[in-house]
Amino acid sequence: MIEIDDLRFSIAGRRIFDGLNLRIASGTVTAIMGPSGTGKTTLLRMITGQLRPGSGSVRVDGREVPALDRAGLYDLRRHIGMLFQNSALLTDDTVFDNVAFPLREHTRLPERLIRTVVLTKLHAVGLRGAARLMPSELSGGMARRVALARAMALDPDLLLYDEPFAGLDPISLGMILRLIKVNNDVLGVTSVVVSHDVEQISRIADYCYVVSGGRVIGEGTPEQLRHSDSALIQQFMSGAADGPVPFHYPASPYRDELLGGRS
Amino acid sequence: MGRLAQIGRRLAQAIRKLGSVVLFLLTMLQAMPYALRRPRLVTVQIHNAGVLSLVIIMTSGFFVGMVVGLQGYDAFSRLRQEDLLGAAAALSLIKELGPVVTALLFAGRAGTALTAEIGLMKATDQLSAMEVMAIDPMGRIVAPRFLGGLIAVPFLTAIFNSVGILGAYFVGVQLMGVDNGAFWSQMQEYVDSGDIREGIIKSLAFGGAASLVAVFEGYTADRTAEGVGLATTRTVVVTSVLVLILDYMITSFLL
Ligand SMILES: Nc1ncnc2c1ncn2[C@@H]1O[C@H](COP(=O)(O)OP(=O)(O)O)[C@@H](O)[C@H]1O
Ligand SMILES: [Mg+2]
Repeated sequence: MIEIDDLRFSIAGRRIFDGLNLRIASGTVTAIMGPSGTGKTTLLRMITGQLRPGSGSVRVDGREVPALDRAGLYDLRRHIGMLFQNSALLTDDTVFDNVAFPLREHTRLPERLIRTVVLTKLHAVGLRGAARLMPSELSGGMARRVALARAMALDPDLLLYDEPFAGLDPISLGMILRLIKVNNDVLGVTSVVVSHDVEQISRIADYCYVVSGGRVIGEGTPEQLRHSDSALIQQFMSGAADGPVPFHYPASPYRDELLGGRS
Repeated sequence: MGRLAQIGRRLAQAIRKLGSVVLFLLTMLQAMPYALRRPRLVTVQIHNAGVLSLVIIMTSGFFVGMVVGLQGYDAFSRLRQEDLLGAAAALSLIKELGPVVTALLFAGRAGTALTAEIGLMKATDQLSAMEVMAIDPMGRIVAPRFLGGLIAVPFLTAIFNSVGILGAYFVGVQLMGVDNGAFWSQMQEYVDSGDIREGIIKSLAFGGAASLVAVFEGYTADRTAEGVGLATTRTVVVTSVLVLILDYMITSFLL
């Protein structure tokens, strides 16, 4: 479904990707893990064609994304749903209208049918009763579930989840985990889940990539990664603060700096 | 040498900014058909811009009109030409004060609101989310707001002018005792369609400039609270300067 080859990309003078390669098979749940700031969100924006790579290839469904024109991009995006980390609901519209938005834009369904679809999607995330609320009246977890209902509205073939577990209460978290699984198992949606939450992601991922320093430093099933002999991956999987990825940002010796700043 | 380099850098920056505004405008024009096919999106924005600015426009219009009435009366009574007050007040309002002051008030009230709204939508990924949903935020969000402002400003200017003339009438005729008949008949005598056309051209140009600046600043704001705040300030500053420059250019061109 997604093939990324030798991806290189810099922004504001900083190298984000430095020869990244990965494959995401149709119908799987693939996790992309890595510390904050490694470019996971950036990678998703490359897949949706919102950012163009400096060089390298990003193919989705056989189409070379950076080479698509606007019409081609919009056509591709109709088959992609994305869950944003901060939900990104339209603040002026009700929950119902938010979920109805892509349907009204991209289909000619009569309002009666749109209502049926929207209520079905909201029911799936447990929020049919919240249809008339405004986004400002929702908790973070509820907003993310509404955003998921919206991302599912057009029955996409590919769903991208950006940090779906971050900052959720345990109940919302359990629901999101289950929904990702159901979307994948029942509807056959290919799922890409970006997260630094190793524990949660291991529960649902078929395959994982660990990204750090602009490239893939490890890959495999969650089980394989847990037993990896790479110290880097061990550090990441066990969540140790210090290791090959140092706890400290490079700095002059602590003692010198405290004693007068001769550095 | 350092001074010169600095000036050069500033100039390059300004040109780059101008270039990005032009590019932005072209992209927005491309997205216009989407907005025009959904007139409801535009009427909502006309309504928003109008409602936001109406009270301030009417209040300011009345007071500006009263000042014009007072100053005009003072000047004309020295020349013993009080009867011309109506004509002078109407001309200065229709040709200058109405379009300029309305545009400045619009920028402060509705323009800043537009910038903050779009900037916040960007900062909260709402615009990104639309793009991923294959909906162009230029067509859906930006173009209707630009059109709303462009259309609202001439109407607001007309309201400003009308209320302003009432203000001048109130001071001139009711307080200072200018002859009621002369006030209105001299106005009819001296204000011709060319003056009104000048006012309309200006209000369209200012409305376009104010709306363009407002949506541009919002769309290009940094995705932070500080970025949106700065963009809002820039909307007021840039629009004010731009309106005054345009005013001179249009006036010198039309007179
Ligand atoms: N528009 C931008 N300008 C400058 N730097 C950016 C921009 N967008 C992202 N970055 C940088 O790129 C890096 C990767 O960002 P991101 O993809 O959001 O990381 P992640 O999602 O893995 O936390 C970050 O260090 C961020 O500072
Ligand atoms: Mg991120």
